[in-house]
Amino acid sequence: MNSNTLWLIGKRFGAALVTLLIVSMVVFAITAVLPGDAAQAALGQFATPEQVAALRIKMGLDQPGVVRYLSWLMNLLSGNFGESASNAMSVAELVGGRFPNTLMLAGATALVSVPVALVLGIGSAMGRGSRLDGALSFITLALVAVPEFLVATLAVLIFAVNLGWLSALSYASETHSPLEFIRTYALPVMTLCCVIVAQMARMTRAAVIDQLDSPYVEMARLKGVSPVRIVLRHALPNAIGPIANAIALSLSYLLGGVVIVETIFNYPGVASLMVDAVTNRDMALVQACTMLFCSAYLGLVLIADLCAILSNPRLRTQ
Amino acid sequence: MNKLIVKSPPTAADLSLGKVVHSTSWLGLAGAVMCVFWLLVALFGPWLAPHPVGEVVSDNVFENISAAFPFGTDFLGRDMLSRVLAGARFTVGLALISAVLASGLGTSLALLAVVVPKWLDEVISRLMDAFISIPSKMLALIMVSAFGSSVTLLITTAVLSFSPGAFRIARSLAVNIEALEYVQVARTRGERRLYIACVEILPNMLNPVLTDLGLRFGFIVLLLSGMSFLGLGVQPPDADLGSLVRENIGGLNQGAPAIVIPALAIGTLTIGVNLFIDRLSSRRSRRSGGH
Repeated sequence: MNSNTLWLIGKRFGAALVTLLIVSMVVFAITAVLPGDAAQAALGQFATPEQVAALRIKMGLDQPGVVRYLSWLMNLLSGNFGESASNAMSVAELVGGRFPNTLMLAGATALVSVPVALVLGIGSAMGRGSRLDGALSFITLALVAVPEFLVATLAVLIFAVNLGWLSALSYASETHSPLEFIRTYALPVMTLCCVIVAQMARMTRAAVIDQLDSPYVEMARLKGVSPVRIVLRHALPNAIGPIANAIALSLSYLLGGVVIVETIFNYPGVASLMVDAVTNRDMALVQACTMLFCSAYLGLVLIADLCAILSNPRLRTQ
Repeated sequence: MNKLIVKSPPTAADLSLGKVVHSTSWLGLAGAVMCVFWLLVALFGPWLAPHPVGEVVSDNVFENISAAFPFGTDFLGRDMLSRVLAGARFTVGLALISAVLASGLGTSLALLAVVVPKWLDEVISRLMDAFISIPSKMLALIMVSAFGSSVTLLITTAVLSFSPGAFRIARSLAVNIEALEYVQVARTRGERRLYIACVEILPNMLNPVLTDLGLRFGFIVLLLSGMSFLGLGVQPPDADLGSLVRENIGGLNQGAPAIVIPALAIGTLTIGVNLFIDRLSSRRSRRSGGH
């Protein structure tokens, strides 16, 4: 790794941090500055002007927006996320209790989806133009297009209602045996996997085909190298960067899916906590959850970028 | 958001195989038919509805498919066919308005960015980059938590989260066109910036911009019906297809058509759009020779 690469990586890290800062400004502006007077809203329209003024000072609303933003940001950085309005608990405690569950769900999904997507993507790239490739390409295109709740409701209908194999509701606390674990996680993980596998398989197929079209692969083919060897020894090592990029990008779509899936299956994770917070207009909790999800998203996009840089010699020496 | 990257237009080698061309064009046609079907439903559906949307017409809730109620009845005993017809108008209408506004805003800003001084281009691009790094569902959730849900807010949210993507694509197209000779000639001729943007650049990027509009329409349908499914989108008494799935979720245990049909309706709409767009963009890539 040369100094050029380090500089490039450092620049990406810096850009990600700046973006996160701008995202925090946007989030704060939307949730705390634009909606108007939170003190008036909290007391209702029958409050006297004195009461409203007193609460405004207590909540720090008499300060200009920039000052409030800075103190909010300082609090976030020191791990103080404020109090949840609807639960009378600290936001850090609430989110901290739910976070392992969401991480577990995301981890299980990644563990299942990555190998499946790689096999499908590489397989259909190898048999390009075949009937199998056509079918896979149609299925993945369709799966990318359908909403998560369609997959989820159909899966519940088939596996829980008609076949009775799995429970429709998941409770993360009750898993003692591996079988129970599977029964609990199967439906949410399957639903999340559908969309993500489809994304990842399409991107993997494109990355491998890109390599298969290159002159060096044609040379290998003309030399009489077997198709399996061409893919495994020649094309794949060069496609690893784009594939890793594809994996990280696809996993960032988990964020959208997890909101729907946790709600449908009553899964006690951060995303369902956030939906409840939005419904109850519990602003401190909404802000904390949004920042958590946006950081995770930016982190995955950053990893995708770094994979692309590290695997591409041209990008490194530019 | 940047789902566009995943699209892999078939390469020239793909299309030299007759069978693949054949099957894609069939699928593209099927997609186009589905799009037109839903557009017609959105336009004329409410007039074809056999019952008023809100009227309770049956004593039985979650009734199965029958001659009287082709799609069954919902959790209050209302006619599902009428509700789906009315819901489709919300889903298609809202998404279409938002997609046109998002693409229009993104493309206008992109044209602006190309013809104005460099520093202004930089400012616009950075701002758009910041918005693109907030996942659309997150943006929608915080918007609803701050302002409450309404039709205007949903459209605003969709435009905010999908115009940066449209901007990015339109800008990269416009930058390429701007470097071409006929634009340079127009510039030397002393044409105004507005003229260069609208007469020289815009017509030559219209095709890919319209394809992108179609893709964005699909994403917006997914976003808005997802929000409605969470109960944070279109509010009762109005209902889009996502709200119909949500309000009938109680019928899931009996496999009632009231929950399956609206969910499938959204699926056919978005799959239709994607098939159609996929077909359009692969035809273009073939015309321009592969990649």
